[in-house]
Amino acid sequence: MKDIKIEVNKLSLYYGEKLALNEISMQIPRNKVTALIGPSGCGKSTFLRSINRMNDLIPDVKITGEMLVEGVNIYDKNVDVVNIRKKIGMVFQKSNPFPKSIYENIAYGPKINGIKDKKQLDEIVETSLRQAAIWDEVKDRLGDSAMGLSGGQQQRLCIARTLAVSPDIVLMDEPASALDPISTSKIEELVHQLKEQYTIIIVTHNMQQAARTSDYTAFFYLGELIEMDKTKSIFTKPSKKQTEDYITGRFG
Amino acid sequence: MNTTTTEEKSLFFAGNTKSSDLKGRLIVGSTLAAVILIIAVLFLIIGIIVYNGWDMFSWEFISSFPTDGMTKGGILPAIIGTFILVIVMSLAAVPFGTITALYLTEYAAENSKFAAAVRFSVRTLAVVPSIIFGLFGLGFFIQFIGTGIDKTFNAGQLHWGQPNILWASLTMALLTLPVIIVSVEEALKTVPRELREASLALGATKWQTIRKVVLPESVAGIMTGTILAVSRGAGEVAPILFTGAAYYLATLPKSVSDQFMNLGYHIYIMSTQSSDVEKTMPIQFATTLVLLMLTISLNIVAVIIRSRIRRKKVS
Repeated sequence: MKDIKIEVNKLSLYYGEKLALNEISMQIPRNKVTALIGPSGCGKSTFLRSINRMNDLIPDVKITGEMLVEGVNIYDKNVDVVNIRKKIGMVFQKSNPFPKSIYENIAYGPKINGIKDKKQLDEIVETSLRQAAIWDEVKDRLGDSAMGLSGGQQQRLCIARTLAVSPDIVLMDEPASALDPISTSKIEELVHQLKEQYTIIIVTHNMQQAARTSDYTAFFYLGELIEMDKTKSIFTKPSKKQTEDYITGRFG
Repeated sequence: MNTTTTEEKSLFFAGNTKSSDLKGRLIVGSTLAAVILIIAVLFLIIGIIVYNGWDMFSWEFISSFPTDGMTKGGILPAIIGTFILVIVMSLAAVPFGTITALYLTEYAAENSKFAAAVRFSVRTLAVVPSIIFGLFGLGFFIQFIGTGIDKTFNAGQLHWGQPNILWASLTMALLTLPVIIVSVEEALKTVPRELREASLALGATKWQTIRKVVLPESVAGIMTGTILAVSRGAGEVAPILFTGAAYYLATLPKSVSDQFMNLGYHIYIMSTQSSDVEKTMPIQFATTLVLLMLTISLNIVAVIIRSRIRRKKVS
């Protein structure tokens, strides 16, 4: 684990008075898939949303500690949150395409970054849709509304939209939890391909999914990071009893 | 012992059923009567107006000027004046109201005291009697701002310091502002959080998110608010009484510093100030019919747009 993309130092997060994350410290490797697992309410999604500062949107959130991305603390005062989010993309649990055309959904990010050239936009749209393995399904109807796509297609469109702003890191918050098994396996396959180019952090409820897709797994429980290790080790010989109890299905 | 209990019980239930049945019928009956009364009043009003105004109502009536001391002819200048009034009013009230609603829903913190004060003011503004707006318009727009402009730029020559379209429209804009603010606020609130998050997560700024995602999603709501405000403004007379409406004008207004004729005001003067109130009765009814058709059709359009948004939100 030499090549570190994100280093977290004693990160704590409070919702008002309530402690939601307690001194999380971990290192997330570059161009690997890291899965965050744990029972509901353990803080894994909150942690994920603190990597691109989406928690900023919630009033009364207080964060202490450091979140170093490529050595830069993203919670530093002179860091622009807009630039953070351009570098760190996010795919949400519920697919959330804009009520615009398929093309406009993908072009949205590049356009707000100031790309106006039609040819360049066309290129980005095609590349992103190809990367998200949905190009063949939509190439003949780019002008149609994205709302007409199936749930699985919408989620892959959202992944393509995230890739279109060429981030380094892609955060995924239970991206397949609302999808059928076939769509889920498509997303998982996609995750596998994307790690060549991106550092991926994926929150999942599904233990098999974590085992199948990730290289590293971090287990969260009650706002604390219990342990993080190679996925293989976590699922075969976890070092903490709580982890073992959770992955063998004794709770959660 | 057992039998008595059962008997008592059945008696008890029987009595109860009867009295509650009667109460229920009374409630149903009285609510129904109230509803019928309301509908009857509405139909009576519309019926009387249509019955008395229909003969006078014609293309010529809505396309010509009044003649013979306003005892004959049409109401074209009043229709045009009403349209100009609501257009200038909307130009002022819609952007202002939308910006206020944007501040309240998007920028103000949830527990902001200032936003609470703004909301309270908006609600209060909505219940202020319209004649107060008229007096305010006279005092503030005409005597303070208008006369101020004349003194500063026109060497005291009277130009802006008198009733005109601009001051009447701005007064009306103040009156309709609460309607617009509330409708736009409602529309902005229906834009799902997920869409805002999607935009922000792509590195869009808050303003980019509002401009490209939130506002396009609430256009229909803004339009509904505008139409409701316009239909309110088209029907109100008190705010323009002192601020711009004219008794009679031989020509159509040429600029916003001219006075104008107005449908509501026309009805008022025809029924109170006319040289022969009895003789002009058909004109009064036909004018009322035109005004009613205008406001009712605007309201219907607003309802249609709103139900379309609801349907879209459900699917």
